[in-house]
Amino acid sequence: MPKSVKTKREKSAARKMSGAEMVIQALIDNGVDTVFGYPGGAVLPIYDEIFQQDKVNHILVRHEQGAGHAAEGYARSTGKPGVMLVTSGPGATNAVTPLQDALMDSIPLVCLTGQVPTGLIGSDAFQEADTVGITRPCTKHNWLVSAIEDLPRILHEAFYVATQGRPGPVLVDIPKDIQFATGMYYPPEHYELKSYKPKLEGEDAAIAAAVELMAGARKPILYTGGGVINSGPKASQLLRKLVAKTGFPITSTLMGLGAYPASGENWLGMLGMHGTYEANLAMHDCDVMVCVGARFDDRITGRLDAFSPHSKKIHIDIDPSSINKNVRVDVPIIGDVAHVLERMLALWDGLEEKPEDGALNPWWSQIDRWRSRQSLSYKPSKDVIMPQYAIERLYALTKDRNTFITTEVGQHQMWAAQFFGFEEPNRWMTSGGLGTMGYGLPAALGVQMAHPDALVIDIAGDASVLMTIQEMSAAVQHRAPIKIFILNNQYMGMVRQWQQLLHGNRLSHSYTEALPDFVKLAEAYGGVGIKCDKPGELDDAIRHMIDTDAPVIFDCRVANLANCFPMIPSGKAHNEMLLPDEATDEAVGSAIDEKGKQLV
Amino acid sequence: MSPKKQQAGSAYFIAKETEVPRTHVLSVLVNNEPGVLARVIGLFSGRGYNIESLTVSETSHERHLSRITIVSSGTAHVLEQIKKLLERAVPVHRVVDLTLVADEKGFDKPLERELALVKVAGKGENRVEAMRLADAFRAQVIDASIEHFTFEITGRVSKIEQFIAIMEPLGLVEVCRTGVAAMNRGPEAM
Repeated sequence: MPKSVKTKREKSAARKMSGAEMVIQALIDNGVDTVFGYPGGAVLPIYDEIFQQDKVNHILVRHEQGAGHAAEGYARSTGKPGVMLVTSGPGATNAVTPLQDALMDSIPLVCLTGQVPTGLIGSDAFQEADTVGITRPCTKHNWLVSAIEDLPRILHEAFYVATQGRPGPVLVDIPKDIQFATGMYYPPEHYELKSYKPKLEGEDAAIAAAVELMAGARKPILYTGGGVINSGPKASQLLRKLVAKTGFPITSTLMGLGAYPASGENWLGMLGMHGTYEANLAMHDCDVMVCVGARFDDRITGRLDAFSPHSKKIHIDIDPSSINKNVRVDVPIIGDVAHVLERMLALWDGLEEKPEDGALNPWWSQIDRWRSRQSLSYKPSKDVIMPQYAIERLYALTKDRNTFITTEVGQHQMWAAQFFGFEEPNRWMTSGGLGTMGYGLPAALGVQMAHPDALVIDIAGDASVLMTIQEMSAAVQHRAPIKIFILNNQYMGMVRQWQQLLHGNRLSHSYTEALPDFVKLAEAYGGVGIKCDKPGELDDAIRHMIDTDAPVIFDCRVANLANCFPMIPSGKAHNEMLLPDEATDEAVGSAIDEKGKQLV
Repeated sequence: MSPKKQQAGSAYFIAKETEVPRTHVLSVLVNNEPGVLARVIGLFSGRGYNIESLTVSETSHERHLSRITIVSSGTAHVLEQIKKLLERAVPVHRVVDLTLVADEKGFDKPLERELALVKVAGKGENRVEAMRLADAFRAQVIDASIEHFTFEITGRVSKIEQFIAIMEPLGLVEVCRTGVAAMNRGPEAM
């Protein structure tokens, strides 16, 4: 590589360069060190620039969907935006799933796509697709660059929009002639976006009204979500302070796990469809609900008309369109979680009349009674590995390490959320809103590239993992020693569970015949395969996995017919949960009444 | 549990919609840039909402701002949600639900005007009658031959609909309408 090129790039002053150079320079100026991508005709000029520099590390994946999820994993575990680079046409259409995934889970993701030259747009050129048209509803914003003069501004705007306010995916579609064209490049400071300025500070009067409600609460609950994680590590610290000061019980959505430690005294476990009994009943019976960076998703609320009927609701969210979307709230606070919590703590400290000590004792006694129901219990077995047991052991053997967990989607995901204890934010990467099977393996690759020395485990299912298994090849190429821990029950377990509940146990196409031999598959990719089917051998096998400095596929054969409980069945409210010890065949069969069944 | 006995259920909780849909007029101030209209109307079509009328034009050339006027019918809850989604879109500067503002200020409706071109073909008595009615509606003749008139008519939506309905039996052959331009009464801007 010519040295002059390298030294030129270090400075980021205004100067003339090609569109492809601008892309690399804009990445550097926006703090990007890693890009996940796949080359193709319409991005070759950019790949040529990547070849001639060493500031931005490019991770070659095996499918564009993998690049997107890897960038999401990178983003979620670092708090920085993830970047993916793909070609036009099929490259862009393969990016649609991770874009929508990032939109639903508020992950900052910058997707750069090549496009056919401007003169050919609309001519059905080779590998042409209307990328901005296709991705308009699955991005926060997208741009088709039509002139080289616009390129630097749009690239900087893309990073701004992806990371400011409620984070999300953006896409910049760059025609090939623009990549070759020459123009003036200016650094990010040169531009200011006039029309997108999210509000960070919450309205003081609203925060004061919230604190007043909280002070008077006798049965309060904090219901927190991914917004706390997105707001940054400070938000999690402030949340912990707020819990310590108020003594409130706290539960979290799937996306918010780790913001408050699972070992914390006030932790009730996750809430929602597969949440704990105590979390859901506390939500149902509370008198004041403080929703912090969560969005009243349908997996959380259950039947809306029976959702927490007697509570005053406070909702902190940076996105005004999340307020009153599903549930009417009494005190909306539009702002960034960390900003609002800081102000809330100050107002709480300044309260003239603090609630008396012990004011929440009756509420906690009630919660302890619900807790004693032990809603996460399961029947242990000496002969087969129970999936819950597998997660418990995985947690026990990895909790003292620098561990990051990703998941696919299904029963294994819910068991991971229930049985793996998350102590810190940014340690848990899962596809919550979109429910994308195939997310976890590439996400683990992205996490590992950001944290080379960490233990990164994809808790997977046998069906999900096959959707993006090709990224094993990428993991081997980039020496990313990710661990793919498959809870293998040979079923699409969650699909089967719903078929048992809702479709008269007619198990239509949810059994996977002809699964691959996962050990041989790992070896075929150049990784290491481990298989375990006996509870007594599980600990040693997990230790073997942890000690292996290479990508590992762990085929953990678990009880085939285990189902995921507790559960709020369809058409039911939080206080009508199905508990594991009640989940007999008949109870499962009649869990959903006639009215529930009519819901289409 | 025996197979085949149960009816199918659902993985979603669905509550019945109890709110009544109502027609709203929204004004949206946006950057005049490619794709902005698709972005705005996508929020309606994505929810299966029909746009009854749509008017777009640049209103500030120096600032490259366009004003979009949308007439759509929906429940207050969903239209509030669409308004919030519009507000957070990057090229959108301002969104006002003119119907709600009129409600707040105690006006019946926002001021609305529409222009229509109406072509009526025919001879004899019908032709005379069409001309007489056009006068009553203060429609202008902007093109004519011995076999047709083309009228330009401006006014509220109800007036234009009425005019078109009256022209129907008199030889109406073509109609083109601009869609509604709207703002609220009083000295304040949107």
